[in-house]
Amino acid sequence: MTTSAPTSTALVPPRPAVRRRPTAAWLRWGFVAPAVVYMAAFFGYPLVRNVLMSFQHYTPKTFFTGSAPFSGLGNWRAVLDNPLLGQALWHTLVFTVGSLAGQFCIGLALAVFFNGRFRLAGFARAVLLLPWLVPMVVSSVVWRKLLDQDTGVVNTALQDVHLAHSPVHWLSSPSLALLSAILVNIWIGIPFNMVILYGGLQEIPREVYEAAALDGAGPWQTFRRVTLPMLRPVITVVLVLGFMSTIKILDLILALTGGGPADSTQTLGTLTYQLSFQSLDFGQGAVVGTLLVAISAVFAVFYLRANRAEFAGEQ
Amino acid sequence: MPNPRHTPRPTPGRRRAALLAVASTLTLCAVALTGCAASPDPHTLTVLNSATDTAEHAQNQKFFDRCGAEYGLKVRQTSVPATQVVSKALRMASSHSLTDILELDGSDLPAFAATSGLEPLKPLGVDTAGLSRGALSMGSFQGTFYGIARSVNSLALVYNTDLLARARVPVPRTWDELLSAAKRLTSGKTYGMAFSATPDADGVYQFLPFFWSSGGDEAHLNDLKGAAALNLWKTLISDGSASSAAVTWTQQDVNDQFLAGRAAMMVNGPWQVPALDAQTKIHWAVATIPAPTAGGSTQPPIGGTVMTIPRTGHRDRQALAAKVIDCLNTERNQVAWGEAVNNIPTRTAAAAEYRKDNPKLAGFADAVATARSRTALVGAGWPGVQTALAQAFQSVLTGSAAPERALRRAQASVDAASK
Repeated sequence: MTTSAPTSTALVPPRPAVRRRPTAAWLRWGFVAPAVVYMAAFFGYPLVRNVLMSFQHYTPKTFFTGSAPFSGLGNWRAVLDNPLLGQALWHTLVFTVGSLAGQFCIGLALAVFFNGRFRLAGFARAVLLLPWLVPMVVSSVVWRKLLDQDTGVVNTALQDVHLAHSPVHWLSSPSLALLSAILVNIWIGIPFNMVILYGGLQEIPREVYEAAALDGAGPWQTFRRVTLPMLRPVITVVLVLGFMSTIKILDLILALTGGGPADSTQTLGTLTYQLSFQSLDFGQGAVVGTLLVAISAVFAVFYLRANRAEFAGEQ
Repeated sequence: MPNPRHTPRPTPGRRRAALLAVASTLTLCAVALTGCAASPDPHTLTVLNSATDTAEHAQNQKFFDRCGAEYGLKVRQTSVPATQVVSKALRMASSHSLTDILELDGSDLPAFAATSGLEPLKPLGVDTAGLSRGALSMGSFQGTFYGIARSVNSLALVYNTDLLARARVPVPRTWDELLSAAKRLTSGKTYGMAFSATPDADGVYQFLPFFWSSGGDEAHLNDLKGAAALNLWKTLISDGSASSAAVTWTQQDVNDQFLAGRAAMMVNGPWQVPALDAQTKIHWAVATIPAPTAGGSTQPPIGGTVMTIPRTGHRDRQALAAKVIDCLNTERNQVAWGEAVNNIPTRTAAAAEYRKDNPKLAGFADAVATARSRTALVGAGWPGVQTALAQAFQSVLTGSAAPERALRRAQASVDAASK
């Protein structure tokens, strides 16, 4: 795990640089090269192209002629002037925060629950994994049927138990559609959160709990003072990975609401899709794509900093 | 864990394995590169279309085989989902690997023709005599004909004959009649009317017959003539005669509602006929979509795919592709194709024969005769107009904007995007 890297380097005695033979250096670079080439080809190049594209007049014609004249800040100005951008940013923020909070809290609660040993725990955990196995588009299509206001199972159930006296307009009301999308995404994300957090919980030594019990800590205190701090590295990983996959959400929303009704579920992901593949203005689509990458990058930096601080703390 | 300081010395065996790996990688690369350079088989024409449905794919192949055989050719189809044809074709264009025949949705034709990546069909010898006005306009860009449709579709009013008879409601011909009929037909879990108002190409397709019939102009949304159509849709929902879920219902959902007896009337196209025919519980008939006022006319949209010949630079292959396309569009083949896919042939004579053979679908055939192409006025600007129109009716139907304001905003967004 994370601790092995620093300790192993500590074991290697420092060697004078002059004694390194040139062939050894070549060999080292040879081992690194495949990864570097792969990263450059599949991550670096598309990223640079995307940024370049956001400054180009990139239309269907470009695919035939290969020429995309630079248009300065034209695309950026058009996108920043687009009233949809503000809405999409806000929806993306609400969607990401709402989804992460829901997925994480329920996932953590389930992980703690399954950490206790009881009969059929393994079976129940396996069943809870199912949403993870279903392709996102399939889940969205099924949920679209379940949430249908006239014939959907959810509304029928709510009305039967008298929790709602008239059908709830889950997907056709602009004030509810984003919430519905968040609820569906929480349902989809619970297994991932549960599995990783459960793994983290299993790593915490039993002795620590025994010691806490001997010191007279109650369940809440144990959770707050033992479980949470020891789980911190895992929590960071779960939240960062969750953030990365949630902020770029596209398939779920396309299949569930198509960005509607009245753009109430339009996110940065659907906006870049709409600009690039419906309006065929690839330059403007690239602007939104670049914004998405930039936002993710900011969080990636935070994540790396937090990790470095952790390493520093351990050494 | 192995000791990280211990580096195993390469044994001769290992070295040989490494050499072998390098050699095989190089061969693989070489093979991949020669694969790219392979010249196309002169006896096989390639087609890119959206026939991913197994039955439709097989049906297509039958017609391709029949026409290819006349020139000693094989035809190989590549089919991708309809929404991906454009991006797939663009990728193929950038790698100079476009197929000999490219079948596009009619509304995507101008965007492609504007790239000068398509060959005009008439100089290649494709016969356009006797094509309906709508089909000619759908396949043209700036006066040049680039794409021919074998058959086209439009929209009509499909109604449940039993429900209308029981409520003693005559088939509505005007918007007022439509509103009152829909109201009287609504009872219990059954809505009087169903339509699809999704924020995409299909929702806009459904809106167009109302928008155009009220005098709406897609090039000038802010002349506000389309507001009447927005009001009609809005009233249907606020009356409770249509579900407010229309903003999320696809045309398929609308058909499902109709087949479940939950809608007495619906707007839909002839591609639903197989599903309607596959059941016996619901008795149905087809009528023209009501016009704004008595004596007025309805202006439905024309839809369907067009076959184009991309500018690949292979003159001889283009000539062969033109011959195959010409064969697919003989009167006899058009009627047979139209009947196979429940669409209306584009040659006027073939359409007449089709109408005679399928009296039940006359409503669709009549709609096609006068139908208008979505791209006739705005050409390559259609995708932007389409997005703006969808935003307009979605905001009106969900009550977030009044019709006039929605249309003004729609035109503003079209103008901003085309700057």
